[in-house]
Amino acid sequence: MVVERRPGTDIRAGSVFSRGRETGPVQVKVNEVSEERSGASILVESLVRQGVEFVFGYPGGAVLPIYDELFGDERIRHILVRHEAGAAHAAEGYARSTGKPGVVLVTSGPGATNAVTGIADAFLDSIPMVVITGQVATNLIGTDAFQEADTIGITRHCCKHNYLVKDPTELAATIDEAFEIATTGRPGPVVVDIPKNVQVATAELGDGPVQRPKRYAPNMVGAPDDIAEAIEMIANARAPIFYTGGGVINSGARASELLREFQRLTGAPVTSTLMGLGAFPFDHPDWLGMLGMHGTYEANMAMNQCDVMVNIGARFDDRVTGRLDAFSPDSKKIHIDIDRSSINKVIAVDLPILGDCATVLEQMIAVWGSRKPADLTEWKNRIKGWCARDSLAYPKRDDAIMPQLAIEKLFELTRDLDPVISTEVGQHQMWAAQYFGFDKPHRWLTSGGLGTMGYGLPAAIGAQLGNPGRLVIDIAGEASIQMNIQELGTASQFRLPVKVFVLNNEYMGMVRQWQELTYESRYSNSYSDSLPDFVKMAEAYGWKGIRIHDESELEAGIKAMIAHDGPVFVDCRVAKEANCFPMIPSGAAHTEMLLYGDQVAGTLEDEAKALV
Amino acid sequence: MKIQHRETERHVLAVTVDNEAGILAKIAGLFTARGYNIDSLTVADISENHAVSRITIVTHGPPQVIDQIQAQLERLVPVHRVVDLSEEGPHVERELALIKVAGKGENRVEALRLADVFRANVVDSTTSSFIFELTGTPEKIDSFVSLMRELGLVEVGRTGIVGMMRGPNGA
Repeated sequence: MVVERRPGTDIRAGSVFSRGRETGPVQVKVNEVSEERSGASILVESLVRQGVEFVFGYPGGAVLPIYDELFGDERIRHILVRHEAGAAHAAEGYARSTGKPGVVLVTSGPGATNAVTGIADAFLDSIPMVVITGQVATNLIGTDAFQEADTIGITRHCCKHNYLVKDPTELAATIDEAFEIATTGRPGPVVVDIPKNVQVATAELGDGPVQRPKRYAPNMVGAPDDIAEAIEMIANARAPIFYTGGGVINSGARASELLREFQRLTGAPVTSTLMGLGAFPFDHPDWLGMLGMHGTYEANMAMNQCDVMVNIGARFDDRVTGRLDAFSPDSKKIHIDIDRSSINKVIAVDLPILGDCATVLEQMIAVWGSRKPADLTEWKNRIKGWCARDSLAYPKRDDAIMPQLAIEKLFELTRDLDPVISTEVGQHQMWAAQYFGFDKPHRWLTSGGLGTMGYGLPAAIGAQLGNPGRLVIDIAGEASIQMNIQELGTASQFRLPVKVFVLNNEYMGMVRQWQELTYESRYSNSYSDSLPDFVKMAEAYGWKGIRIHDESELEAGIKAMIAHDGPVFVDCRVAKEANCFPMIPSGAAHTEMLLYGDQVAGTLEDEAKALV
Repeated sequence: MKIQHRETERHVLAVTVDNEAGILAKIAGLFTARGYNIDSLTVADISENHAVSRITIVTHGPPQVIDQIQAQLERLVPVHRVVDLSEEGPHVERELALIKVAGKGENRVEALRLADVFRANVVDSTTSSFIFELTGTPEKIDSFVSLMRELGLVEVGRTGIVGMMRGPNGA
């Protein structure tokens, strides 16, 4: 591009009047002249400066100037998805598996609205993401122009922050702040809406760091008095429990190490939310398993009976608490969270600690010092009693593969490869959470808060890009996988060896399970009819397709999936009517879990039906 | 290429709306979505049965944009009437401000004297401060505030304007 030189400016920059006289010949330093570049060029340069490796996107009219800048720029790799929802979920998978922010680039109107589900998903699961949306030119905004949508208005309540950039001079500072907001404090998606004429118009971009006012300063360090009080409470507890969440994962790998260290010092048993799996090792003797609606009996009973609950980066979600008035009635509750609005939102706590999980855990370990763990024998014996119920037991069948068994087998055959697992949403997601073991953070990618079917395949694609060489498996259901099935093409195009492992029961299993429990098994629209031949479909996209009908084929099928150096789609036919247990029915307390053995069918009162 | 900015004019709109949940957000959202400006916005219930509110919006924009604003507002289901007071002819605009001034000695006396000139009421007083209540046009309040700046201005709160057409007809 043409660089506009500004006479006068560069003479001063070259210091004609001072240095020039002392050192002899005058040298005008050309590289100190800021060049005028287009908004699109400023954007791409800003992304490079943020260390962005991948942009997940789809071109369109309102982002053509940006796509032209990306053309031939080898510093950023653009991953062309097949639908903008795929771009957003792929960015989430990349972010969740690497800890780095995901970047999305979509056009105005339908490009932006298609990305909204992924933005909302990232908002509820606190995933760092920067979404660049094209917008119609500023003079056309408000005129219902072609492909115009009010992206700022539409995303207002489902992103952490959003911007409409009206002048290219604001672009560099906006992008810089967007990344800061997306990645610090409680992470989340930030939307930057850039009108097309702002992408074309020019402004200067200096070489140095962007100068801008600093206006976002999340509180990282816990108040020392609160830390001291928390340590007293934990040290004097006879039945403590650590209830950990996605905040530990978001706080970085160090937080997981510190959690393990603090647990070792205190001896407290640990349970985790769906989002927190991997922060604490699944094979540790004090690991209770996941808690909540499909959590283990021992985790939920221990939450109910504990005397001191330490919530570390979790948010008392309704899937975790069950009936609120029966939630852990006799415990003192400590809540560590970086987001002030999470505290006392659902459950009133005795001691809130506002801060970052890793930082606060480090402070707690320091204050704990050389104390010895309290004698928790009695408490652990009670927990052993609950474990003896073996809440994850399920009936075996000879004529069909139980889905739980398929996950157990998948885990057994892949655990040494340290795989990254993504999921879709439904029964298979819960079975994966229950029967797949995680011992490291950033290995488990699932749509927890929003519960977005269609998340898993694009998330696996993003994770594979961020983790080249690692085994990445999307554990899916045959219904969910069809929600973003078009992304098979993305994996083919970019030669990504992702694996999709479908537990195919020809039902939207979780919907069918609820209909069984609450609507007398009236399976209204919860069956998967007219399914494609998944093997042929996979092959049509250049994938390898494998079908598993029978338990005798299970091990060989999984091994063939792992062995193939390329994307593989496994259609694993499983027992059609298997249900996901244990389960706290909607509106019930932790102590009212249903186990596989005592499953019931019938109907519920209207109040219970009204609960989600 | 540089971004062009167009000449704008100021308008006062009186909007009568159903008093339902979310109506203020809907109207404010319309302004941001379509890139319109809000200089001031006031809203209060005006009916005996709490069914109707009146929103007074001061905006600026090119004439055709102002016309669009009126049309877009009228398109919202809970909006009954939109009257562009600036277009309809002579109208009255009033705003209320609370102005806190602290100081002693001559400044304090001068503040009180000026308040009298501007017909501001003293609504709170200590030995070292006053809160004045002043009603009038935005310009009148601007000039009073700028005078107080020299005499120990601490804080200003303004309501934004409400407006009404002159003469016997309602908006």
